[in-house]
Amino acid sequence: MPQSEKYLTKSKTVAARVLGDEVIIMSTADSTIFMLNPTGTVIWQAADGNTPLSRIIVEKLCEQFDVPVEQAATDAEDFVAEMAAHGVLVVSEEPISR
Amino acid sequence: MKPSSHGPGRDKSDQDVVIEIGGIPIALETNDAGFLTLLRGRYGEYMRVGGKSDVKFRVELVEPDSFNPDDDAAVWLEDGEWHLERGDFRARWSPETREGLIHQAPNPYSIDSVLRITHTLLLAKTGGFLLHASSAVRNGKAFLFSGLSEAGKTTIARLAPHDATLLTDEASYVRRLNDQYLAYGTPFAGELGEPGKNVSAPIAAVYLLAKSPENRITKVEPAEATRRLLRNILFFAHDAELVRQVFESACDFVAAVPVYQLSFFPDERVWDLIG
Repeated sequence: MPQSEKYLTKSKTVAARVLGDEVIIMSTADSTIFMLNPTGTVIWQAADGNTPLSRIIVEKLCEQFDVPVEQAATDAEDFVAEMAAHGVLVVSEEPISR
Repeated sequence: MKPSSHGPGRDKSDQDVVIEIGGIPIALETNDAGFLTLLRGRYGEYMRVGGKSDVKFRVELVEPDSFNPDDDAAVWLEDGEWHLERGDFRARWSPETREGLIHQAPNPYSIDSVLRITHTLLLAKTGGFLLHASSAVRNGKAFLFSGLSEAGKTTIARLAPHDATLLTDEASYVRRLNDQYLAYGTPFAGELGEPGKNVSAPIAAVYLLAKSPENRITKVEPAEATRRLLRNILFFAHDAELVRQVFESACDFVAAVPVYQLSFFPDERVWDLIG
């Protein structure tokens, strides 16, 4: 059975700012702060609710960091799961309209 | 809540005093001569009798055991009013009418805390904040030395040379005015036990303090600087919109003001690197 697509969007309960080549994010619910590394920053910036994660991996991560698809996919899946658990990213199997 | 012998309600003996910190005047109305004396002693050159104010509080004094002393500070917006509570005070004020009420025992610590919290709420709307930091003016420029307890805020202040004017050894007052960041003196004293001078100057740099065998300054990258600054900003309210504003304020500040780590050995030579 083919794996379903994932669509990501930024949670409305966080504030975020790109500073240099990093993103700093603050939860407005509990003031927790997250700092994203360059890979996380690319995923964060591409999380528009319409671009599937598989396309972000191939077109952004593999392209910019010169890594194999399998490795990029594993890292991206882990990152997205962690950020979703903290309520920083919203993940859906359907495109997300804001 | 047990009122003290001084009943609520304004009478002809009531007096408005204004405590102006950071250019923001807050009026306190009280009929208690002893409390007025206490305020004079505490706020000195920051205080005047009468005049315009941004917020006006009626202060009603209560017996010291009126509240549960174990209650932590809590600040929240409800029905259009800010509520400020801790084990030693209850206060509320309306951002719309700019009027409020404080119930507290006649001690300086409670009014000090109410003023600090009120200033953080007022500053958040305009890109400013209170920072756990000592600060001083040297050669017309303000320098902030930030850190949590034991980081060295008071130590740096004690070591300041004669040509430096101390703004505070505890809570630095940051305002954004016309796209410029200014530091103001505050009466909020730490271990030094002395109020800062009531002056202001443009902020030239923030130093994040770390004790070390040698003196060294290193630039802190913007995202890391923002993270560390946010950790040191005084902020009490459980309010998502205000958290967002403080976050934006910290990001904007770091974009405009250089932030360094100051690793320092606690003697006067550290000031050779400042100013």
